[in-house]
Amino acid sequence: MSETEPLASVQPAPDQSRRRLLLASTGVVGAVGVGAAAWPFLASLRPSQRARIIGAPVEVFIGNLEPGQMARVQWRGSTIGIMRRTERMLNDLEGLAGRLRDPDSNNADQQPEYARNLYRSIRPEILVLNIHCTHLGCVPQVVPEVGAQPFDANWRGGFFCPCHRSTFDLAGRVFSGVPAASNLLVPPYSFIDDDHVIIGVDPEGAA
Amino acid sequence: MAKTAGTIGRTVDAVDNWVNERAGVKAFWKQHLSEYWAPKNFNLWYFFGSLSLLVLVNQLLTGIFLTMHYKPDAEYAFASIEFIMRDVEWGWLIRYMHSTGASLFFVVVYLHMFRALMYGSYKKPRELVWVLGVAIFLVLMAESFMGYVLPWGQMSYWGAQVIISLFGAVPIVGTELVEWIRGDFFVADATLNRFFALHVVALPMVLLLLVVLHLAALHEVGSNNPEGVDIKAKKDAQGRPLDAVPFHPYYTVKDIFGAGVFLLIAAFIIFFWPEGGGYFLKPDNFVMADPLVTPDHIPPVWYFTAFYAILQAVPDKLMGVILMGAAVLILFLVPWLDRSPVRSLRYRGWPSKIALGLFVIAFVRLSMLGLAQDASILELRFWTLVYFAFFILMPIWTTFENTKPVPERIPS
Repeated sequence: MSETEPLASVQPAPDQSRRRLLLASTGVVGAVGVGAAAWPFLASLRPSQRARIIGAPVEVFIGNLEPGQMARVQWRGSTIGIMRRTERMLNDLEGLAGRLRDPDSNNADQQPEYARNLYRSIRPEILVLNIHCTHLGCVPQVVPEVGAQPFDANWRGGFFCPCHRSTFDLAGRVFSGVPAASNLLVPPYSFIDDDHVIIGVDPEGAA
Repeated sequence: MAKTAGTIGRTVDAVDNWVNERAGVKAFWKQHLSEYWAPKNFNLWYFFGSLSLLVLVNQLLTGIFLTMHYKPDAEYAFASIEFIMRDVEWGWLIRYMHSTGASLFFVVVYLHMFRALMYGSYKKPRELVWVLGVAIFLVLMAESFMGYVLPWGQMSYWGAQVIISLFGAVPIVGTELVEWIRGDFFVADATLNRFFALHVVALPMVLLLLVVLHLAALHEVGSNNPEGVDIKAKKDAQGRPLDAVPFHPYYTVKDIFGAGVFLLIAAFIIFFWPEGGGYFLKPDNFVMADPLVTPDHIPPVWYFTAFYAILQAVPDKLMGVILMGAAVLILFLVPWLDRSPVRSLRYRGWPSKIALGLFVIAFVRLSMLGLAQDASILELRFWTLVYFAFFILMPIWTTFENTKPVPERIPS
C-alpha cells in the first residue's frame, strides 16, 4: 500500500517504556475494576439481612426438663439439644478420657471459653449442644442407656451418628477412631434465670 | 404443475446459495460430517459418545419443560414436583425422563471414559480432547448434584447438607465459605434458589460450551480407533485416509441404530423402573425436606458413591476431602502418566491389562461400598489404594512392559 509508506516513515519509533507503563496501568486499573464489579455479585450470595435477623437468639424454658431428658430447639437452622444430665452421667465423664480424641476440649473452636470444662457446660447438669455431627452435619441419635451397643461394647451413653458411625459421649466429646474429628459444638448461650436458657447470647461479662 | 415444481426448485436453490455464501453451512457439513474421515473399525464402544450427546439433548429438552411447572422455593418446590407427577399432563413422563436420564447420562459417560482408557484415546495428539472431557465430567457432577437438590426431598436436603459441609474442611475460611455457598446459616431457601439458577442457566451453558470445544478438538485431530493405528499416516491420492470412511452416512447411520437400541432400553427403564430400585431416586426423597429429621442413612446417588467411599476411607475430614477431590482431578493427568509407545490395550502387555482390570474392579467395589452402611474401613482403604495406584504407578508399568508392534494399517 503506497499510501501508508510515507506515514510509516515519518512515524517515530515507539517509546517502549511509555508503552509498558500504559499497558501496566491499564491492566491494574482494569483488574481493580473487574474486582469491584464482581464484588456485588459475590457478596449477594452471602446470608441476606433477613437470614441474619432470623438467626437471632432463641429463649427456651427448661423448668420441665426431667433428669436424663433432652429437648431440641432450632437455632440458625441447627438443632440444639438441651439435656438435664443425671448424677450417673456426670460421674461417668471423667473415666472416659482415655477413649476420647479431645477429652480436655483443647480445640477452642468447639466451645466458648466459659464451657471449656469437664462437663462442657455452664451448669454441670445442663448440657447445651449443637447436636449436628462435626463430620458431615447429620443429627446423631441420643443413646443415653449404659450397655453394649452394636457400635460400642462398653457404651456409657452418648450420641451415635447413623450417617458414618461417629460416636460422642454425654458431654459431646468425640471418641477416637471415628470419622468426626472434633467434639460437638457448644453454641454461645446463657441463663436468664433458673428455668430459662437463651441460645445465641453469651453470659454477661464473657466475650 | 411442472412449471410450479421448477419454480420451487429454483427458489430453494437460490435460498440455499444465499445462506451458504453468508454462513458456510456446506463447508461446515463437509468438515464435520460428509468429509470427516473416521476410522473404519469403530466398534460397540464408540456408540457412547454420540449417546452422551443424545442424553444431553434429552436433559435440556425435558429440563426446559420441567422449569415451566417447577417452583424454586423451599415451601413450594416439593409440592410442585408432586404437581408435575400427578396433575400436569404427561408430567410424570417428562420428570422421569429427566431424573432417570441423569443416571443414564452417567452410565454412557462412564462407558465412554472407559473406552478412552482402553484404547488410549487420550494419548498424543488427543490430550486436549481428554482434558476437555474430564472438565465436562466435573461440570456434569456439579450439575447433577444441584439438580438432585431441587425436588427438596429429604435426600435432596441432607445430601446438600453433607456435600456443602465438605467445604467447611477448608482451613481458616471454611465456615465463611460454607455460609457463602448456602446463603444462610443452614441449607435453606436461599440455597435452593441459587442451585436452581446454576442448574438451569449457568452450568448448562458451560456444559454446552465444553461439549462444543470437546468436539472441535476431536475433529481437529481426528478420532482414535480400537487398534490405536494412526489412520492419517496412510492416505490416497486425494489426501483421504485409506482406512477411513466418511462419518456421514456411515457412522450417522450406525449411531442412529445405536440410539434406537439405547432408546428402547431407556424407554423400558423410564416406563417400568424409573426409580431404578432406589438407586436412581431414593425412597427418602419422596418425603419433604425436614431440617429436624436426619435420615438414618445418607448415601449419594450411585454415580457418586465411589468417590464418597474414598472420602470415608480417611478418618480426617480435610484429608478425606482432599483425597476425594484428587480422585477426580487425577483423571486430568492421565495423558501424561501413560508413557506407553502404543495406544490400544490390544497391543499392550499384561501389566496394562491387569491394571485396567483392577481399576475397574476397584471403581465398582468402591461404588458398592459407598452405598453400604457397614463398609469395613480396611476394605475401603484397600480399594482406595488400588484406585490411586492405577494412576500413580501408570508411568512405571507403561514404561517397562513389553508391547506388540502396531501395524501400519488397520488389519481387516
